[in-house]
Amino acid sequence: MLTDLTIAAMQKGLRARDFSAVELADAHIAAVEAARPLNAFIVETPDHARAAAERADAALADGSAGPLAGIPLGIKDLFCTAGVQTTAASKILEGFVPTYESTVTAKLFADGAGMLGKLNMDQFAMGSSNETSAFGNVVSPWRSAGSNRPLVPGGSSGGSASAVAARLCAGATGTDTGGSIRQPAAFVGIAGIKPTYGRCSRWGVVAFASSLDQAGPMARDVRDCAILLKSMSGYDPKDSTSLDLPVPDFEAALTGDLKGLRIGVPREYRLDGMDPNIAALWDQGLAWLRDAGATVVDVSLPHTKYALPAYYIVAPAEASSNLARYDGVRYGLRVTPEGGNLADMYEATRAAGFGPEVKRRIMIGTYVLSAGFYDAYYIQAQKVRTLIARDFANAFEACDLLLTPTAPSAAFAAGDKSDPLEMYLNDVFTVPASMAGLPAMSVPAGLSPSGLPLGLQIIGPALGEAAVLNAGYAIERAAGFAARPDRWW
Amino acid sequence: MTATYTVAGKTGPWEIVVGLEVHAQVISASKLFSGAAATYGGAPNTHVSLVDAAMPGMLPVLNGECVRQAVRTGMALGAQINRWSRFDRKNYFYADLPQGYQISQLYHPIVGEGALTVEPEGEEPKTIGIERIHLEQDAGKSVHDQSPTLSYVDLNRSGVALMEIVSKPDMRSPAQAGAYVRSLREVLRYVGSCDGNMDEGSMRADVNVSVRRPGEPFGTRTETKNVNSVRFIMAAVEFEAKRQVEVLEGGGTIVQETRLFDPDKGTTRSMRSKEDAHDYRYFPDPDLLPVELTDAFLSECEASLPELPAAKRTRFETVLGISAYNAAVLTADKDTADWFEALLATGVEAKRAANWVTGDLFGALNRLDKDIATSPVTPAAAGELLALSADGTLSGPLAKQVFEIMLETGEAPGAIVEARGLRQVSDTGAIDDAIQAILAANADKVAQYKAGKEALFGFFVGQTMKAMAGKASPAVVNERLKAALA
Repeated sequence: MLTDLTIAAMQKGLRARDFSAVELADAHIAAVEAARPLNAFIVETPDHARAAAERADAALADGSAGPLAGIPLGIKDLFCTAGVQTTAASKILEGFVPTYESTVTAKLFADGAGMLGKLNMDQFAMGSSNETSAFGNVVSPWRSAGSNRPLVPGGSSGGSASAVAARLCAGATGTDTGGSIRQPAAFVGIAGIKPTYGRCSRWGVVAFASSLDQAGPMARDVRDCAILLKSMSGYDPKDSTSLDLPVPDFEAALTGDLKGLRIGVPREYRLDGMDPNIAALWDQGLAWLRDAGATVVDVSLPHTKYALPAYYIVAPAEASSNLARYDGVRYGLRVTPEGGNLADMYEATRAAGFGPEVKRRIMIGTYVLSAGFYDAYYIQAQKVRTLIARDFANAFEACDLLLTPTAPSAAFAAGDKSDPLEMYLNDVFTVPASMAGLPAMSVPAGLSPSGLPLGLQIIGPALGEAAVLNAGYAIERAAGFAARPDRWW
Repeated sequence: MTATYTVAGKTGPWEIVVGLEVHAQVISASKLFSGAAATYGGAPNTHVSLVDAAMPGMLPVLNGECVRQAVRTGMALGAQINRWSRFDRKNYFYADLPQGYQISQLYHPIVGEGALTVEPEGEEPKTIGIERIHLEQDAGKSVHDQSPTLSYVDLNRSGVALMEIVSKPDMRSPAQAGAYVRSLREVLRYVGSCDGNMDEGSMRADVNVSVRRPGEPFGTRTETKNVNSVRFIMAAVEFEAKRQVEVLEGGGTIVQETRLFDPDKGTTRSMRSKEDAHDYRYFPDPDLLPVELTDAFLSECEASLPELPAAKRTRFETVLGISAYNAAVLTADKDTADWFEALLATGVEAKRAANWVTGDLFGALNRLDKDIATSPVTPAAAGELLALSADGTLSGPLAKQVFEIMLETGEAPGAIVEARGLRQVSDTGAIDDAIQAILAANADKVAQYKAGKEALFGFFVGQTMKAMAGKASPAVVNERLKAALA
């Protein structure tokens, strides 16, 4: 089936005229329509995908095709898309149609990709299970062996994860603030990379926590991630934090040869009570990397345990300010109580427009920035952040890359984690790299005893995406991960 | 030495302490963080970019020109320029604040301490300390009078760059506060970093006032917001000081609060007290990198600074030999100084030019209710007029006559002289003929003069000039008359 192909195979098939871009688009459009029980899309845009495919076919015929000509993608609903509703999975932005295209999607479309729709996600990218969307939970295509309970796809890029794993789209954009690409990728058995902070422009991406937010690709294998990342990356003068550096050919770096590479194992990540299956997979991953020519060294990241608490100060602090613009004045939801004043409008609009998790984080953020608490929380968290970055810098003196698990468990069932703190713990392995702005990816490496995917995380030094991807490629080849969800929808 | 300004209370004199936060709109083509036009006015919501409207996913990009203007302003005030500064978010909700925060600089302003020496009317010159200058975004405008039930928002001003220039609490009288704002405005105009138009709101001040017994520590201050003329600032200081004295002498206490100035009544009224004050939750804006200034950038800023009022005044006195009074008048505002320098550039003699500008020109402008910027006479035309006087083409009275015609018609002095034959006559033949005729017709007076009544000389001069229709050179007339009467 055309929908089973990787992006690399699609590129080849399209250029060989084995199938047309329109055929490819139509196959995916049909898959999207048939998979509505997954609730992976908030908006479907078959016209966008088909129009791009028609242009791609013409371009393929006349030799002007871009690298992603005819590749049908899903776009996380955090990316503003011109003429297509963009909501960040929130009620407050329901019906909001941007007049502008985010830099990242504009680059993908300029390279020839089409858009199948806007992917569901945790509201404003706040969540680790895709249960906070105003448009309903996303359901994972995976099921535990012998169970029909709906599982979460992880979050916040849960729609992206489900859609890619279920073969609804060739690849998808995700965003990662504390693990929102890597954890869902691990939960559904796909690859996903969060590049170095500043690699992908944030312009036109609805902001959650500006100093942490990074866009990145999610796809079925490492090569597809490399292909998409190249298109998505690059300097953007409209984003002051964007890196003005050339973008390497990430795909060309995929040799699988790790000779001479030193892989660090951070001892602080080996948590007490760690799931033995996760621990075993980690060891297996190290063995695979050794087989590919790498050496393994123990390293220490002593401030790891402070990363999660510091993250849950910095990210909500920035979010509380970033989300202040959703006030009912200029766009999106407006609720005006009868006889009310401006403050009443704010309160009613925001009460109705934000979900409970978003409200919780706005309140946390407002609290930690308020007079009398700022020094104790925000300033302290920033200091911790500096220490975490220094930990990584020190570790990368002794090694070239780090290998860790992506998440502390396999996917869980919807509703299983009702305590927010328990939910936050899901990000324990992904948050430190986010705090340090480092590139990190998750690759599928094995299955849990109940038959659910498990991922391993590779963390690299700043701008080390090529090395991260190559190590991921080595693991992927060694693991030979071929499991895919059985279709039940 | 003039007496210290005090407010006379029932229980004795009170000293006043004033500090000003002046908001000056930066002159730049576009806004502080967006490409939208920063020009004043325009139909509502026509100078608004996606960034200014805080659309989802929009990001600020710092306008380097605004940084340059703030640095140049700091340099003009002799202030410390901070090579590393940073922008913070000041969080609060208001309908005309689209982001829900204002991007400002609390913790690390771009300009540090400086000073400005001012000359308050009727007082000794005084140096007022500058605490800091930081860059920040202006808000939009809420319009409440268009509908009984709705408010409208105009975002044209949203995101326009402001410099907030914070003085130290160094002023002790309304006159000092007024002189400070006037001097500051002139510096900004000289530098070209703000047009200083207070009636358009491009410069406005928050006025901090407290009172104390002489020698005692600072009292509690109030802050009167957004006062937009020098006169109002002085009135706000005066009213607020008197009000505070009355409260204190009545046994009350001053609460730290924000007040509003009522320009119609010249009074202030409470807007919100400290308890209702916002918690702005300042934190560094994560969308922006810190601002780091290079040596090359600073040198360029320094080199681009014009001569400032104080330096110009000194040069006028010492190099050009202009009187102290005239030098002060000619440098008091940039328009006058520019006009005068343009006049000097025509090659006229400086002292004479200074006298003519402060005398003839200012007199005429005053009479016509115009100022230097709207003067009907250009520096080039004035230069031509002064040259015609200097080379003897025009006598003093003729020059005045030509100047009047210039004011009326806008014609060039040379053309006026040619067309109307107003050229001074130095032709001794014509003058001698006139003199002979006058002496012949007034033989009795000639006899009296020769008998010793020398005062009659003036009569002969007057008669000769009259006969010559005022165009004769007075010097030649004098000389030829003396010869004829000898």
